[in-house]
Amino acid sequence: MSEIHVQAPGLLTTVQDLGREGFGPLGVSPSGAADAISLRIGNRLVGNAEGAAALEMTLLGGTFVFPQGAVFALTGSDFGATLDEAPVQLWASCVARPSQLLRVGPTRSGARCYLCVHGGIAVPLFLGGAATHLLSGLGGHEGRGLRKGDVLQIGPTNTPFRKRTLSPHARERLSPRKVLRVTPGPQHEWFSDAARRAFLSSTYCVTEESNRMGLRLEGPAISSASAGDTSTNDGNTGEMITEGVALGAVQITAAGLPIILFVEQQTTGGYAKLANVISADFHSLGQLRPRDEIRFEQIAWDTARSLLIEQEELLSSLDLILES
Amino acid sequence: MSPTAAEGARFQFASDQSLLVSFGSKITRGAHQQVLRLLRLLESEPVAGVRNLHPAYCSLLVKFDPLRLRHEDLQAILQQYLTRLEDVKLPEPRLVEIPVCYGGEYGPDLLDVCALHKLTPEQVIELHSAATYLVYFLGFVPGFAYLGELPDALITPRLPTPRRKVPAGSVAIAGNQTGVYPVATPGGWRLLGRTPLAMFRPEREGLSLLAIGDHVRFVPISPGQFAALERA
Repeated sequence: MSEIHVQAPGLLTTVQDLGREGFGPLGVSPSGAADAISLRIGNRLVGNAEGAAALEMTLLGGTFVFPQGAVFALTGSDFGATLDEAPVQLWASCVARPSQLLRVGPTRSGARCYLCVHGGIAVPLFLGGAATHLLSGLGGHEGRGLRKGDVLQIGPTNTPFRKRTLSPHARERLSPRKVLRVTPGPQHEWFSDAARRAFLSSTYCVTEESNRMGLRLEGPAISSASAGDTSTNDGNTGEMITEGVALGAVQITAAGLPIILFVEQQTTGGYAKLANVISADFHSLGQLRPRDEIRFEQIAWDTARSLLIEQEELLSSLDLILES
Repeated sequence: MSPTAAEGARFQFASDQSLLVSFGSKITRGAHQQVLRLLRLLESEPVAGVRNLHPAYCSLLVKFDPLRLRHEDLQAILQQYLTRLEDVKLPEPRLVEIPVCYGGEYGPDLLDVCALHKLTPEQVIELHSAATYLVYFLGFVPGFAYLGELPDALITPRLPTPRRKVPAGSVAIAGNQTGVYPVATPGGWRLLGRTPLAMFRPEREGLSLLAIGDHVRFVPISPGQFAALERA
C-alpha cells in the first residue's frame, strides 16, 4: 500500500470524512469535514467516492512526502502549496512522483484546506466512520491531530490519472460567504424584537477561541431578558431546559454573545438559540478565521430549502468537473 | 397515554434539517418516558431520511435529510408514531453501580459544597450515594449521562466560572443533577469525587457504560480501592 509521510503536521491537521450520523443517543456528534463541499469536490477530482477520508488542514498546512507517489488534489482555501518548489494548482488533480515533497503553507484566504488523495486515507473505522473526534480522542488517526513522523496509509487505487479541474463557474458560486443566512431558532421568541433586530443588523467578529466544536463571536451583546419571563414564551416556565441542539445553532450565552455550534458540537445544550445557520451555508462556517467579520441575514424556511437544493444540483451537474 | 402523547407533544422547526419534539416544559419522569418510548420506536422502525436523534430531558431533536423530507412530512409521520407510544415495551431498567472516591484531590469541591449546605463531608457523601438516580439521557459529550434527581439537600448552583479542564471520571453535581465526566472537558459542575471506571470506551459493546433509562447508584470507595480498580 502507498503511504503519506508527515514531515510537518501544520497547525491542526486531522483525518476527516463526511462525519458519522446516528450516534446522538450516545452523546457523539458527527464530526467530519468543517467544509464538506471542499472535501466532496476534492474527492471527485481524484476519482474517489465523495465521502472518502482526506486531510483537513487549519490555517497553516503541513509538509508531506509520498514515497510511492500519489494522485492528489488540494481544495478549500489557498494555502500557497508547492510540490518540490513548483506551485500547485488549487481545485485540480495533480500527480506527485515517488518521494516528491508537498509543502502546504499558511492560508492566504479562509481557515481550511483539504488534501484528498486517490484511494483515500485508510484508517481503522470508528462507528463506521473515519472522521476524527478531537474532544473524545476517537476516530481518524489515533483520535488526534497529525504529528511529525506519522505515517498514513493510502487506500487501494485503481483508475489511471485523469487531469480534472473544478469549473470556474461552480467555484464562483460555491465560494464561502461572510453574510450567513439563518432561520429562526427554537427560542427566538424569547428575545425581544429589538434584540432580534440588533442581531441581524450587527457585525460580529470570529474570536480566537473558535474551533471545530463552535465558533465564538464578539460584538454587540444580545439581551435575552425574556428568557426568564414566564409571560412571553408560550407556556414555558422560563427556565431553559437542556435540549438537543442542531448543527449551526446560534446560541446566546449568559453574556449575550453568540456561539455557532459546529461539526464537533455538543449534542445537547442549555442556552437559548436565537437562530440557526442554513445547511447551504455550513461550508462557509468551515472557512471562517479568527478576526473575520460576519453578519447574519434571516430568510424563510422555503428559501433555505431552495438554496440547498440549488447547491446540490450544482454539485451533481455534469459540467461541475472539467476533464482534459 | 397515547392520546395525551399525540396531543401534548409540541413541534418546532429547530433548523432547516431538524425538528424538535417536546413533551411539556418541565423535567418529569413522565416526560422522560415519552422521550424514551419515541426514541425506541424510531430506533426499531426507522423513518427513511432521518439521520440522527438527540434525546434530552423532555424533548427529542430529530435530524433529517432536507433533500428527502420536509418538516411537515416528518411531523405527520411522527404524529403517527406518537399514537403508538403506549405499545412500546421498555425493559426493566438496569441498575449500574459506580464506585466513587469522594473528596481530596478527586473531589476538590466537596468542602465548598459542605460549607454551602452546612453539612459534613460524611453527610454529603451519604446523601449523594444513598439515592438511586435515573439516566435521563446522554448528551453534551460522548457518554455524559444526565442523572437525576439529586436529594433536595444537595441542590447546588454551578461554579461561577467553569474549569478549563475537568479530569475524566469526575463525579459532579449542578442544580438538581449529577453526572460523571467521561472525557476531560471544560465544565462548570462541582466536583465531589472521581470514579476509576471508564465511562466511554470505543471497544466496549454499546460504547457507553450508561444508557438512557438506566438506574445508577454511587458506591463510596477509599483511595486504595480507587488505585486497585484503576489498575484492574
